[in-house]
Amino acid sequence: MRPDVELIKVTKRYGTTAAVDAISLEIPSGSYCCLLGPSGCGKTSTLRMIAGHESISDGDILLAGRNVTELAPAERGTAMMFQSYALFPHLTALENIAFGLRMRGVGKAERLARASEYLRLVQLEAMAERLPAQLSGGQQQRVALARALITRPKVLLLDEPLSALDPFLRTRMREELKRLQRELGITFIHVTHGQEEAMALSDLAVVMDHGRIAQAAPPRHIFERPASAFVARFIGGHNVLDLPEGRFAIRTDRTTLSPPPGGARLSGRVTAVEYQGTAVRVVVQAANGQSAEALLPDHLFHAAPVAPGEAATLGWDTAAAHRLPAPTPA
Amino acid sequence: MSRYLPFLQAAPLFLILAVFLLVPMAMLVVVSFYDYDSFSLIPDFVLTNYRDVFSSWVTWQTYLKTVWFAALTWAITLGLGFWLAYFLAFVVRDPGWRMLLFVLTTVPFWTSNLIRMIAWIPFLGRNGILNNALIKAGAIDRPLEFLLFSDFAVILALVHLYTLFMVVPIFNTMMRIDRQLLEAARDAGAGFWQALWFIILPLCKPGIGIGSIFVVVLVMGDFATVRLMSGGQSASVGLMISNQIGLMQYPAAAANAVVLLAMVLLLVGAMLRMIDIRKEL
Repeated sequence: MRPDVELIKVTKRYGTTAAVDAISLEIPSGSYCCLLGPSGCGKTSTLRMIAGHESISDGDILLAGRNVTELAPAERGTAMMFQSYALFPHLTALENIAFGLRMRGVGKAERLARASEYLRLVQLEAMAERLPAQLSGGQQQRVALARALITRPKVLLLDEPLSALDPFLRTRMREELKRLQRELGITFIHVTHGQEEAMALSDLAVVMDHGRIAQAAPPRHIFERPASAFVARFIGGHNVLDLPEGRFAIRTDRTTLSPPPGGARLSGRVTAVEYQGTAVRVVVQAANGQSAEALLPDHLFHAAPVAPGEAATLGWDTAAAHRLPAPTPA
Repeated sequence: MSRYLPFLQAAPLFLILAVFLLVPMAMLVVVSFYDYDSFSLIPDFVLTNYRDVFSSWVTWQTYLKTVWFAALTWAITLGLGFWLAYFLAFVVRDPGWRMLLFVLTTVPFWTSNLIRMIAWIPFLGRNGILNNALIKAGAIDRPLEFLLFSDFAVILALVHLYTLFMVVPIFNTMMRIDRQLLEAARDAGAGFWQALWFIILPLCKPGIGIGSIFVVVLVMGDFATVRLMSGGQSASVGLMISNQIGLMQYPAAAANAVVLLAMVLLLVGAMLRMIDIRKEL
């Protein structure tokens, strides 16, 4: 299938520094794509360039096979949902949603009728006449979502849409975003710095670092076979260890305190024990300074508990170790 | 004791307002019903002063002229003020430059009103800088008469004096507009004028309201500018009151002052109904 969104060597320079450095990416149509990375990695700039709110220093952006590099945001077939929602404070929820149609010259009766449909889509029928200041954070977000969707974009761009919500609401909105994406069948591109969010949502996760793509793959692939030490560390749940045979990423939940016979191991002292309910996190530091952790199911830990300061040996099945590219000599 | 403490704390302000605002206003209203002759005020309760105000065609004309000055000055300062504020708030990106330019707009206020008005005279006069320059450039062959001592000069001076009162509150409201709103408008397909009309203008309404009140109130009460810049050829209500005071016709001046005050209050009331200024405070 032809990709919905295609980036070809897209670059964004501020002065001499490249915020986004010649990235190329294909996002299949109808997929949920997460741009993931630490702050300053270029993910938001990339999203804003796709939206048309940031000029492109170099490269091309294709949407559904059409080069949109020079087009205005509204001509691209994209719609953006802003981080702080950017609802118009002087317009009611319904008028906010209808705004895009109003700009396109749709008559009042028709645009309000269609806005009501979208208000129903995000389950806020009762809030039509409220101003944004009279809505809760979660409700404002739904209005912003409906406002973005009403122009029937081919691609919806979301800039850290869940970061302003409390954890409980965040999980619910996450489910709702995924449901909407599935029902509408359009491509969502979602910027986040939370790896958990990216794993829960995405069909395609794009991990970015210093303006480049570190790895672009389905989340399961990224988690099981991280492409670099950076990806393994950022995605979490891995120990990155330099062993005599090379550099490896070993999942912390496959690491135990009772090394299997013939398996690899790391001996040292326990420096921290953290109880997390279903699991216990044990951090061990080896004599050579390397530190690693094991995420033990609580019943295994309580069967043979350890305390900080005690000697301990971490072990893992060699099959659980994923080889990483050797560190480039500094 | 503690029950009366809030009243005690509010008392100084109340006293100041009472002595310097309420009592003089009450006196103004009382005097406006006095009778008078060439030498003295005669305490009385007569309506002749008000009858004079409303029955004289010249007075009507003066009121109309004042409203006309106010309306024209308001329209021009609003246009100028809005775009100056827009330039400062949205076009200038660097905060340092913005601050510098903002301070520059206030420079005229470092001198007194009178000096700023007088400064126009050598520039606009019959043999002034502008006329001489235009003649030398061959654009005109005899001096333009309307430049000084005319309604044009009055409006020019008023605009010069009061544009800042429009710029500051509008700039203030514009700076509070979240820049993401403009991006969101653009994302929804709004062009420059649409974003201006549907987003910026409605969100600037409180600032426009405050600026309008400043300008309208100041122009309606003005007498020095009108006298100086029209060379005595134009009149405003303020000037008329000032002349009546000069002729010791205090009750007539008081009646005019009361009518003017009522008019200004009605105008401000109408503006407050249209625009919710509380959002700004």
